[in-house]
Formats: sequence, C-alpha cells, structure tokens
Amino acid sequence: MLYVLRRILYTVPIALSVTVICFLLVHIAPGDPLQMMLPDNATPEAVSELKAKYGLDKPLPVQYLVWLGHVAHGDLGTSISTGRGVADELSAAIGNTAIIATGGAMLGFLMGIGLGLVSGLCADTFVDRAATTIAIAAISVPHYWLAIVMTIIFAVELNWLPAIGIGPGGVSLSWEDLSHIVLPVLTLSLIPMGIVARTVRGKVVELMAMEFIQTLRAKGLRSFGILRHVVKNAAPSVMAVMGLQLGYLFGGSILVETVFNWPGVGFLMSNAILRRDMPMLQGAILILALLFVVLNLIVDLLQTTIDPRIRRRG
Amino acid sequence: MIFPGRLTSNLLLSSILAMALATPRLAAADSVLRVAMTAGDIPITIGQADQGYEGFRFVSLSLYDCLIEWDLSSADRPSGIVPGLATSWEVDPEDKSRWIFHLRKGVKWHDGTEFNADDVVWNFERLWNKDAPQYNAQQHSDAASRFVDFKGIEKIDDYTVAIATTDGASLVPYNLGYIAMVSRTQYLKLNGGWPAYAKAPIGTGPYRFDKVVPGERMELVKNPDYWNKDRIPKHDRLVLYPMPEATTRAAALLSGQVNWIEAPPPDMVPKLKSAGFDVVTNAYPHMWAYELSFRDGSPWRDIRVRKAANLAVDRAGLRVLLGGMMIESYGVVPKDNPWYGKPSFDIKYDPEAAKALMKEAGYGPDHPAKVTIAISPSGSGQMQPLPMNEFVQQNLAAVGFEVNFAVKDWNTLIGVMRKGANDPSAVADNIEGINFSRTTQDPYSAICRFSMTGQITPKGSNWGGFSDPSIDTVCDQAMTEFDPAKQTELFAKAHAMMVDQAMMVWIAHDVNPRALSPKLKGFVQAKNWFQDLTPVVVEP
Repeated sequence: MLYVLRRILYTVPIALSVTVICFLLVHIAPGDPLQMMLPDNATPEAVSELKAKYGLDKPLPVQYLVWLGHVAHGDLGTSISTGRGVADELSAAIGNTAIIATGGAMLGFLMGIGLGLVSGLCADTFVDRAATTIAIAAISVPHYWLAIVMTIIFAVELNWLPAIGIGPGGVSLSWEDLSHIVLPVLTLSLIPMGIVARTVRGKVVELMAMEFIQTLRAKGLRSFGILRHVVKNAAPSVMAVMGLQLGYLFGGSILVETVFNWPGVGFLMSNAILRRDMPMLQGAILILALLFVVLNLIVDLLQTTIDPRIRRRG
Repeated sequence: MIFPGRLTSNLLLSSILAMALATPRLAAADSVLRVAMTAGDIPITIGQADQGYEGFRFVSLSLYDCLIEWDLSSADRPSGIVPGLATSWEVDPEDKSRWIFHLRKGVKWHDGTEFNADDVVWNFERLWNKDAPQYNAQQHSDAASRFVDFKGIEKIDDYTVAIATTDGASLVPYNLGYIAMVSRTQYLKLNGGWPAYAKAPIGTGPYRFDKVVPGERMELVKNPDYWNKDRIPKHDRLVLYPMPEATTRAAALLSGQVNWIEAPPPDMVPKLKSAGFDVVTNAYPHMWAYELSFRDGSPWRDIRVRKAANLAVDRAGLRVLLGGMMIESYGVVPKDNPWYGKPSFDIKYDPEAAKALMKEAGYGPDHPAKVTIAISPSGSGQMQPLPMNEFVQQNLAAVGFEVNFAVKDWNTLIGVMRKGANDPSAVADNIEGINFSRTTQDPYSAICRFSMTGQITPKGSNWGGFSDPSIDTVCDQAMTEFDPAKQTELFAKAHAMMVDQAMMVWIAHDVNPRALSPKLKGFVQAKNWFQDLTPVVVEP
C-alpha cells in the first residue's frame, strides 16, 4: 500500500517536470496562436488587444504560473483557436483514441505474443526466421504509408471499408460504425505486434535454455506444462513492454489519425501544434503524461502480483 | 475476482446497447452534401469564422447573412456585391463619411423572430464597442481588419441604420460583405456568453445549425423559410468535415464517404477525373507572388532587378508542372480584371531581356544578386509551395539571381508577414522577399493595402515598405470616389502603376480546384473565395 502511495506521489513531480519542459518547448518555437486566427491585414492594435486578452503579453513564468493555478483548481482552460473548453475537447479526443488504441493494442499484443512464442519455441528454424521477418517488417514499415496503402486497397479499390473518420453513429455495434475502426486498428496494431513478438521471442529463448526447464522436462512435465512455466516467467518483462506500448498508443498517433481523419488525441495535438494553441497543447500534454504514469503504475502493480520476487521494498 | 463473470458480461452488454441506442443517425431519405474542407478543425460558429476564408465560406455564409453579399451566381464574370440583409444603401449627400442602409423587411431569424435595425446595431457593438456586454475581442480583430474605417453606427428607424466612417470611405459596401449578423435574441436567451452561443448559433442564413462534433464534423440543415427563395438549399443537409490531409480527402471522395472535396491533390486529379468525378476550377481573387523588400541594401530597390525577375519566370512551364491548375500572373489581379489597367511594362517570359537588365544593374553569372525569400512548405492558399518555389528559383538562377529560401512553417511565416521587411528579425535573417498567398477580393485588398505608403507593415499589408507618392495619390482618390465607373478607372490606374514599378514578382493565380461526385448537379463555381452551395442537387 505504501508502495502504491509512493508511486502516486511520484506522479506530481513527474507531471510538473513534463509540463515545464513542454511549456518551454512550445514557447521557444516561433509563432503564436493569434497568427492563424487573424486576417493577414490585422492591425497591430487588434493583435495587441488579443494578446492581452489571452495573457500572451505577460512574461513566460507568469503565463506558466497562471495556467498552473487554473489547473490546480481543475480548470484546463479554453482553447484559443476553437474557443471551446480544453477539458471537453480532450475528453472526447481521448475517448476516440482509446477506442483504436485499445483495439490496436489488443490485436497487436495477441498477434505479438503468438508470433513471439512460435518464434521462440522454434528458435533458429525457418519458422523462427519467417516470424522474425514479419515482426521486424511491422516495426520498420512507415505507418502513414501503410495507412495510405490500406486505404487505397480496402476503401478506394475494393470499397469494403470506409476511408476516414469515426462512424456516423459514433461507436456502436452496427457494422457501419465498426467498419470505421478496422483500418486504424490494424495499422496501429503493427508496432506493438512487432515489439511484443521480439520481446517474447527473446524471453522464451532465454528461459528455454535455463536449467529449471530441463528439470521440469526430467520430471516428465509435458510441453504444455512447460509452456505455462515459460509464459509465467516471461510475463513480467512482456507486460512492462506492453504497458509502454499501450501508453504510446493512448498518446495518439498523429500520422495515423491524420491519414484516417480520426478525431483523437493525435489529430487534436497536431492541430494544436500547428496553430500554437498553448492551452490545448499544455492541457493535452499534462493529461497524457499523467495517463502514461498511471499506466506504468498499473503495469508495475500487475508485475509484482504475477512475480512477487520483484516487489519493491516499501 | 472483482467482477463475477455474469456481472461483467451484463455491464458490457448494457454499455454496448446504451452506446448503440444513444448514437444519432441521419434520416435515410435526407439528401446530404458532404464537404471535406482543408481546415484542421471546425471553424468557430459565432459569426466571423476562423480558419481563413474557408471558414467564412462554409460556416459564416451558411448560417448567417451580411448586410451586403457577394454575387456568387456566375462563373463567368468577376463577382461583385449584391443586396443582402440591406436592400439598398447610399452615402449621405450632406456628409460623405456617413452611409445609410435600408434593411430588408420580413427576414426571420432561425428561431422565428424578426430581423431589424436593433439587431444590426447590437452586432456592430459586439464587434466595436468595448463596453458592450456582447463585445468579443477575437471577433473585433477579424471585423476591424475587414472594415478599417468604421467609426460608429446609429439606428434611424426599425429598418434603417447609418454607419459613420473615419473619413469619406467609398469602399464601405465591400467591407460589409465580411460582417456576419448573429442573433441578439439567442445570445440574450442563452445567457452564457459566446461559448454558449457557439453551441447553439442562430442566424438568418440558408442553413440552420444542427450540431457540431468537435474535431470531426458540423451538421447544418436547410432553412426552408430562407428569405431569398432562390437560395433555399436544394439538399436537406450539409455536413462539413475538417480534413487537412489532401490524400485523405481524395480517398474519402473515391470511397464515397464525402461527395465534395476542397483542393484535391494535383497528382490525383487524373485518377479522380477518370473515375468520373468533376474537377471544377475557376479563376478567383488570389495572388501567389514574391513580395519584395525595399529596405536599404536590398537588390530589389533597383527597378531593373525587379523587372528582370518578372521577365525570368516561365509561368507557362510552371502551369505545366501543376497540371494546368493555375493561371499565369502578370499583376496583382488577372489581365481580364477591370482593375488590371493598362501598364506599359509588358510582363512575359523573356530570359534574354532579363539577363540584359541584370547586366545593366551590375549583376551576372559571376556576381549574382543574392536574395533570401521566406516561404512555407504548406499553408492556406500556398498551392504547392515547395515545387513551385524551386521552379522559380531555377528560373531566377538562369538570369543572374542566387535565391535562397528561409523555409518557415505556416504559423511562423504568418509572423514574418505581419512584421514586415523592416522588422529587426527580417533584417537579421536577411529576408528580402516573402511568398505569401493573398486575397484580392475587393479593391482595397487587391491594390491599396499593398501599394500605399500609409499601409507599410505592420499597419497594413505593404510588406516590403514600397513607397510611391503618385500611387498614394491615385489610391486616395479611388477610395474616396463614389462613382463606381470612375472608381474602377482609378483602381486600374493605380494597379498599372504598380505593374510598371514591378513592385512584386507576380507568378501565379490559383484556380481553386475542388472535386465533386458525379451525383452532384447544379454547382456554379463563382470567381470568388466564397461559393454558393445552395443550388447543389444531390442525386440518389
């Protein structure tokens, strides 16, 4: 329990550090959010008035502290470019990203574990080499390119699946809505699949060479029984990798979401970056950093549940 | 176990059913115009839309009306202005800085209330009166940039208002084509300021607001009671999707998810055409040029260098590079525009004449004129900036220029544009030109703001600091001339003087390509940034 509390407390300095770094990075970049809001012949007076309205005329530390003060009161502010609440926009976008991130992760993890197990158990055979090739290809192929190719094949040429966006009814069990999820999920599943497959293979090969496996064999345990032991021993490392991958996917893929016009976090942040929408960007980064920390905490707790040997000293 | 299996599956099933039941659907019989915009997000809905003119085109002019509107009915002639919520207007014969507008009677807001002079006064106060509760600084910034001479407004009677300007401004009717009228009653009823209004906007326009799904789509439905019976939409619903990626827009069109896309990627135009889609283009008030620095030490201060650059650009070759998707540019406006005038400098592709001018100015292959142009890899109206700029770079290199590019992202380039060539940052980066696409929708936007000494950036759009007192005089006369024919003559004279001064390197005018499903009929692409969607019929 103390361990959990300590880990939760760790999130505060982590989140603060992330916000400070991102705040500075966003402000170091040239440009500001007003550039794209105003016509090209906007008067300097109009620009100054808007700067004052959004507090952009204040020194950077003041801007940061004002923002932090609002966040501490649970107010993520208002998007400069859309005029809508950051929290509302972000929660909708995270929800949308969660749909394809969860789908992509589950599919990727399942395929990755399967591929890794086959590869590890058949190490140094043709099957291993074929599985490894698939895993490396999945990691290496540029995903925006694959997304475009799949769109052209499945949406444009075959007309089996829609090319863009979330379904007209949002998320429902109807095929019309589900079909919108297929291509983004498939695209997003490839990197986790490749990485998990490589991790599982490495762990399985390492474990299979260990003495306790020989002991189990000598005791007459069958292949399935041995596999259970291998899986249990490999699980903590694989879960750590899966946690990280899930975190990345929840952060949203700017390229995949842009190609599929998926209104998720990646799409939102890409717009916010291009338009220098500081409140939106800062709010999104803060929430995503916290999400990432929480996911890692969950993974750590699961790891210690599965393998009490790695429980930290509390 | 935290959740017993049955409970988990029940929860899952109920959630899924709830989601399925909660999701709204379009009526099957609706004829729907689905437009993929180039914008990255839904434009704001409180009157003056953001996202450039695309926002105004699809959102402001769909939900709202202006006192004076653009004539979007013809594909052949440059579109002028026509009565909107004002049926007629005249300048006060006693005071040329005061305009009288007679408002249209019988116009209803989408909630059924009557439009009148109080609404107009309230709207101008929301845009200019900082003490008014409805004042919005962001909307003011946009409106003030469109209507720089506004001074005040007064109600004369329920259907007449008077607008005062800072001096005898004759372009006021054009300015009003950019000012959208929003509902005072709705704003007061909602009592939640502009954020609340943005979620339930009400206008007098040809479409009524239905809903916005942030980041995803905006849905409007036709207004069957629209005051202009000729412009009641011929489809039931208009759905607007922000879709910044060009390939995604093309894929969405090809797969049938949308039936209209803005700016298809040029390399996909042949495929779209062969698949039966209509790729429509037309000239519109757009300029893609190099605006030049006139600060001390700039090679562009020498008119021979400026003329040489204009003669060096192979516009016909560039047109081939773009698959025909441009009009060759020889001035701020195309040659068939009444404001083009009769310049004596005949701009054409003549590299030999350009070389001779460069030699005369002291430049040549061993001693090139070195200039840095600020460009962007993408951006609103920038067309295909990288290949186009590289093409022009080679043209200029062939006659004795050494052109370097300072490539900035779009947001940063806007900053460079706003600061002007004399800003210390432009001086430090040695930026002596900017490639920034411009609108030339009205005569002030096309001519005066680029050429007048009083418009030198940051005050106006004279980026490079060009100054010619004789052009200032003609522009001053034009902007205070109330006879339309004489006014056009004066603008044409000013423009001819700009061309004779070769104050920019003019390269291209965009043709605003958009691709339409063959099921769409009746669209007329006006020579304007704005377009009328209402005549479009969506066949089943």
